[in-house]
Amino acid sequence: MNLPWLESLPLLVDGLLITVQVAVLSSVVALALAAAAGLARTSRYAAIRGLAGTYVEIFRACSLLVLLFWVYFALPFLGIELSKVTAAVLAIGLNIGAYGAEIVRSSLKAIPEGQHEAGIALNLSPNERMLRIILPQAVARMLPPFGNLLIELLKSTSLVYFITLSDLTYEAMVIRNNYYTWTPHIFGSLLIIYFLLSSCIFITFRLLERKLTAWR
Amino acid sequence: MWKWDYVIELLPALLQAFGVTLGATLAGFALSIIIGLLFAVGARSPIVPVRLTVRAVVDFIRSTPLLVQLFFLYFSLPMLTPFAMSAFATGVIGLGLHYGTYMSEVFRSGIEAVPRGQWEAATALHLSKRKTWFSVILPQALPPVIPMMGNYLIVIFKETPTLSAITVVELLLTAKSEASITYRVFEPYSIVGLLFLITSLLFSLGIRYFEKRYFGGHIADGGGKR
Amino acid sequence: MIAEAENGLKPEREEAAEQTGLPNGYTHLVPIVRYRSIQKSFGELQVIKGIDLDIYPGEKIALIGPSGSGKTTLGRMLMTLEEPSSGTITIEDEPLWQMEKKGNLVRASEKHLHRMRSKVGMVFQHFNLFPHMTVLRNVTLAPRSVLRLAKEEAEERAVEMLRKVGLENKLHEYPAKLSGGQKQRVAIARALVMQPKVMVFDEVTSALDPELVGEVLNVIKDIAEDGNMAMLLITHEMEFAREVADRIVFGAEGRIVEQGTPVELFENPQSDRLKSFLQRFR
Repeated sequence: MNLPWLESLPLLVDGLLITVQVAVLSSVVALALAAAAGLARTSRYAAIRGLAGTYVEIFRACSLLVLLFWVYFALPFLGIELSKVTAAVLAIGLNIGAYGAEIVRSSLKAIPEGQHEAGIALNLSPNERMLRIILPQAVARMLPPFGNLLIELLKSTSLVYFITLSDLTYEAMVIRNNYYTWTPHIFGSLLIIYFLLSSCIFITFRLLERKLTAWR
Repeated sequence: MWKWDYVIELLPALLQAFGVTLGATLAGFALSIIIGLLFAVGARSPIVPVRLTVRAVVDFIRSTPLLVQLFFLYFSLPMLTPFAMSAFATGVIGLGLHYGTYMSEVFRSGIEAVPRGQWEAATALHLSKRKTWFSVILPQALPPVIPMMGNYLIVIFKETPTLSAITVVELLLTAKSEASITYRVFEPYSIVGLLFLITSLLFSLGIRYFEKRYFGGHIADGGGKR
Repeated sequence: MIAEAENGLKPEREEAAEQTGLPNGYTHLVPIVRYRSIQKSFGELQVIKGIDLDIYPGEKIALIGPSGSGKTTLGRMLMTLEEPSSGTITIEDEPLWQMEKKGNLVRASEKHLHRMRSKVGMVFQHFNLFPHMTVLRNVTLAPRSVLRLAKEEAEERAVEMLRKVGLENKLHEYPAKLSGGQKQRVAIARALVMQPKVMVFDEVTSALDPELVGEVLNVIKDIAEDGNMAMLLITHEMEFAREVADRIVFGAEGRIVEQGTPVELFENPQSDRLKSFLQRFR
């Protein structure tokens, strides 16, 4: 079969690299925010809980694409100009981080009270209780939902197309302009590439889960 | 910085576009429920090829971006099939398909929560497949998952701006074209952002109230995207 | 509150002896634990309505009574899992939930609690083993991170304890692989390895299948026989209480109703409450 549009494959590879770059960077931001806000929501200080709760409520209620537009196009009017990648990473990270915070919070909450109490009875310090008893069990619980969340994150990176960051989706559109008749092929391939990327995340998390929950 | 007269000038167009956004949301939501039910029932089909195909399709749709699916539907389908659909119809179908896969998960959890004895009782009474689903299983499976469905209503609402990529003139695209006339993007994008924020916060307050009132629990707790 | 506390700090020895009417010649000793005028409420519900109780070094006390009588709360307070609403608890004459600061008694800091807790151990109804750690790690965790023992030494001690409870062949299993009785024996080893002076056993057989109760009670009997560790046994096992305890304390509705030697209490109960309670176990 002759597929002339494949001559543009290098473009697609460039796009793939951008997609992966944005996905990895915003995962780091999202995970950091999720951990910080999720832990903060279990804090004993009402102010810290409130702050984290506000963050979660607001950014879960935000439309990610509108947020991205606002960060990239509107913020410069306040004197804050961000590069495309920075704007994308910030918007996606803030949004996904809010969902992640809920995962962290509910996983911490799901650890039975008896585990805390056994830690106290053994005279472990609060930090040791968190680090050695609660977190290892909570992380095991977090893995499956976090795997799903990172797939959501990967999918949401396609929105950077709107701010003309040349990711996979953007490059596919460029290629389509040159090979108009191959449109179904190009988008079909694009879907398959995203599916494969999602599958990588899925498999990675399955393996991690198997490894970290051998005790179950 | 913030120009009120500009805001007032913008409002009529934005409010009209808000109507389009809500329309797409509700139509997409309704379609996602129908598709979700089909997927949920199909994924439990006793016919193995049907079951496997449905599961594979659900997996595939869930693992790929809505934006690309919209492009595929809008630009490729007319070339592959004799059908050409309006941008709005394509957008609604895209939302319905995409969130139908999430909805099927919601229904699955509801269906699995129906005790096995109910199936056995239906079998013992010689009820037909259809009768079993519609008279026994679904009436028990659906009410408990209403709050979760409500969460997806919010998710779909927040996702409608993506439809601007295939030229559905909803809120974001309207703001964009208004801004392209005046070169002032701060007000339109801020208004759109606030509209989305406030509407989804109100929605979710409503769901929480409903849930407390009728379920007294936290079924939709931690809901949202997944 | 403060006045009460000071009063509770150094009671006259005779007063203590009089109050408890101790058997077995414990009266010449100084109590290791003193509960004084303890009250505890959860919201509106008052579960402990004024309790005084002394525990002497090495003494085995069985706390019996109907559910909801506040027995478990009493044990949890000693383990610092529950704070009294009023009253004082002292361990070796030092207040547990308060500490002295510039001549005043103030609420205990985490540091103070940490120091006091080293004297107490606890075994829970639901074991509360750490599911993500092997049996050996469960038992070495505290020695290593609290006592700062070297790995080898901690393991040596842990294996010794696990041998005592008959589980030296399960060192590298995860708790999920163990039966309820085995889990509880690991939990006992885990608490014992810290060598507490007082150990709380909180209904340790209540969550077990009937056929697994015996193995756990036998382990506790062994420990009771060979140790000078004081034990507070919160239990519904009357036969076991009679066999192991030096003193039985019967509580109901947040108060101590009657106490004495097993023979006194079981053969010759005085109060109607205890009589009707014991009826149910005949």
